Order: sequence, then structure tokens, then C-alpha cells
Amino acid sequence: MCTVCGCGAGEVMIGRPNGTAQRKSAPTTGWKVASVETAHDDSHEHVEVHTPASEHAGHMHFGHGPAHAHAPGLSQHEMVRIEKDILGKNDRFADANRGWLAGRGIFALNLVSSPGSGKTTLLCKTIEILSSRVAVAVIEGDQQTEFDAERIRATGAPALQINTGKGCHLDAAMVGQALPRLALTDNSLLLIENVGNLVCPSAFDLGEAHKVVILSVTEGEDKPLKYPDMFAAADVMLLNKTDLLPYLRFDADKAVEFALRVNPRLKVFRVSATTGEGFDGWLAWIESGLAAAAGGGENDHKENTLAAGY
Amino acid sequence: MHEMSLAEGIRGIVEDAAIAQGFTKVNAVVLEVGALSSVEIEALRFCFEVVMKGTVAEGARMEVDPIAGTGWCMPCAKSVAIDQLYDPCPHCGSYQVQATGGTEMRVKALDVQTAPAGV
Repeated sequence: MCTVCGCGAGEVMIGRPNGTAQRKSAPTTGWKVASVETAHDDSHEHVEVHTPASEHAGHMHFGHGPAHAHAPGLSQHEMVRIEKDILGKNDRFADANRGWLAGRGIFALNLVSSPGSGKTTLLCKTIEILSSRVAVAVIEGDQQTEFDAERIRATGAPALQINTGKGCHLDAAMVGQALPRLALTDNSLLLIENVGNLVCPSAFDLGEAHKVVILSVTEGEDKPLKYPDMFAAADVMLLNKTDLLPYLRFDADKAVEFALRVNPRLKVFRVSATTGEGFDGWLAWIESGLAAAAGGGENDHKENTLAAGY
Repeated sequence: MHEMSLAEGIRGIVEDAAIAQGFTKVNAVVLEVGALSSVEIEALRFCFEVVMKGTVAEGARMEVDPIAGTGWCMPCAKSVAIDQLYDPCPHCGSYQVQATGGTEMRVKALDVQTAPAGV
């Protein structure tokens, strides 16, 4: 388990723990090596001329071993150029998810925030208003329990719970496993509620159209500066619980200003999931995204390989 | 933050390369980490050591090539140096700066031990 954030592996549950759930293999103890084919993405030449630190396309060779040459019985150091993104594997799963969603005209949003910002209440309110016009489904991410999925199902929308165990974020492979199990409708809205965590989910693309960060007015207005990565990764910020502003010393303008310092392109909506205040702008933004997703996709149901590496 | 996941990503890349290129020991893993990326180097170093146990990179050094942060200042319409995502433009003081470089998290190269030839 990660001593920094409690992140671990081997306890991921997708769906109910009643036999249909699948437990993720534990990569901390049994890492499965990816195919050799992917390792050959970069060109690699074996260079026979052993000039010191000679550099060729995709391969730097240092003939600096004990013998300054390849000699029988003597080992040799070699620099192998790799140039691969550390999160490249997650990004490949995310691309597959994105292709799968696009093939069905589904508009997917990844909702991220600290615990307690009101994500689930906001989802319930959004579904309540939108469900008469468009099909909505939800993927719920939490370390433990099925509570949030149950709250969503109470609205009538289908929901699948992913329990990450000790994991501090959803990753694209988990979402890839969840997608085919949700029986999603073409041209629908998929809301992915990430694990409540304002740090780790920022780095993991799930294949969504946009990350939406939720900041509530019961938190500090300086959160965007304290946790800038998430506000930089998001395209939209919802400033939630605005109905409580009269009772708090929270400077909403300051919070928005701080968020825009981190990400000048951030689109901001001030909302209250309790009263529905400010929802017009948020819902109009979703509707325009839905129209674009439905128009862009040819609903060809491309069967991309979802989470094939699990 | 999620340094354990990142360390596991590095391990996957190293093990793929070991299979593809037939080396059996890694002396050092050279990373490129941008100043604006979400990596805490010391936390990653700790996770790296743990995760590489039992692999070709057990005991390998983790070397980090830092990459400076750069952003595009919209009022100035030029590229400027920034150390944090929320830094203002050093020229005009505006916060209308969009990060453009320094968010990388990459495995750049491996220092590997090749098998003795002809043995």
C-alpha cells in the first residue's frame, strides 16, 4: 500500500460483491508484463560501432564497459532510450474507452472533488431534472460501500459501484470494465463520480469528455491554489452549496479568481444542488455536450478492446 | 499522491523493455519529470524502491531529469517560465497563463547491464 496516500491494489470490486463482482488482480505482487509488441513502439537499432556515448535513433550506446568494447566474458553498460509516458498504459485504456463512448454518441463526464463537496447530491439533482429528456447512467467510485450507487438508483437511473479498496482514484481500466456492464443507451449521458480526493484523480484520464471539479463553499476559498493539479486538469468548476453562502464567511469571487489563476480556461457555474439555484447554466452546458457527442458519433458501436490488459 | 501507481507504471515499462531487448539487469532508470507535473519525487523514490524488488531493476538508481515549467501568457502572447500552475506571468503579472510545458512524467532511458558476450 502506498504510504503517501493509502493507495493500494488488489481490493478493487466492480459491481456488487455477490459473485458477479470481479476482483482486480494484485499488481503489487504479480505484475503482468505487457506484450512485447507494445515495447517495440520505439525504433531501436543495435549499433555495432562502439564509439563512446554514440547516439543513434532510439538507442544511445556507451562503450564504457570494463573493456571499452564488447569482449567475451566482460559485461557492458548500455543506455537504452525509452521515452515512454509513465501513465501511458492508463492513457491507452482511456483512449479505448473514449473510442467506445464516441461510437455510441455517449457524453461522459468525470466528476472530481474532495469528499463531502456534495457530488452525489449534485448528481441526484442533475438526474432528477435531466432524466425526462435524456438517458443518464452513473459509475460510482468509492473505496468501500455501495451507498452512493444506491442513492443514484433511487432516482431511477442505472448505477454501477466500483470499490477501489485501498485505491485513491479510478483508473481507465476499471472504467473500461464497467462500461459494457451498464447497458448504456446510445446518445446518453454518463456521469462518473470519482473517489472523493482532490489530488490523485487529476492525473488519470478515464476516457471522459471533460473533468468537472466540484468545490463547495463549506471548504476554503484557497483550495484551488492548495490543490492546483485538479483545477488545472478540469474544464468545468461547479461552486456548490451556494445556498449556504449567507451563513458562511466564504468569498465566492475569491474562490473563482483563484481557480482561474490556475486554469484561465476553466468554465465556472455557481450552483446549489439542494435548491437547484444556478442549475440552468450547468444543464445547458451538459445539453450542448450531449448534442455534440450525438452529432459527432456515428453510433457504429466500435468494439474497442476495453480493459484488455486486466 | 498516486506515486505507487506511477512506480508500477515505470515497472511495466522497464519489464516490457527487458523482454523486448533482452537485458537482465538495470543499473539506473532515468526519468523526465516536469516542474508542473503532479509527482512528488521523494515519495516516488520510496515507492520505486519497493516496487522494483524482484524485478530486473531491483536496487536500480532512480535518476530524475527535471524539466522546467513553461506557460503561454495570453496578454503577452508569448511563452514564459513558471514554477507553479498558479504563477503569474513574470513580465506582465497577469494570471492568464496556460501551462504548456513541464507537465511530463516519462521514462527517458535505462542504464542496463548487457549479458557478457560469448559466455
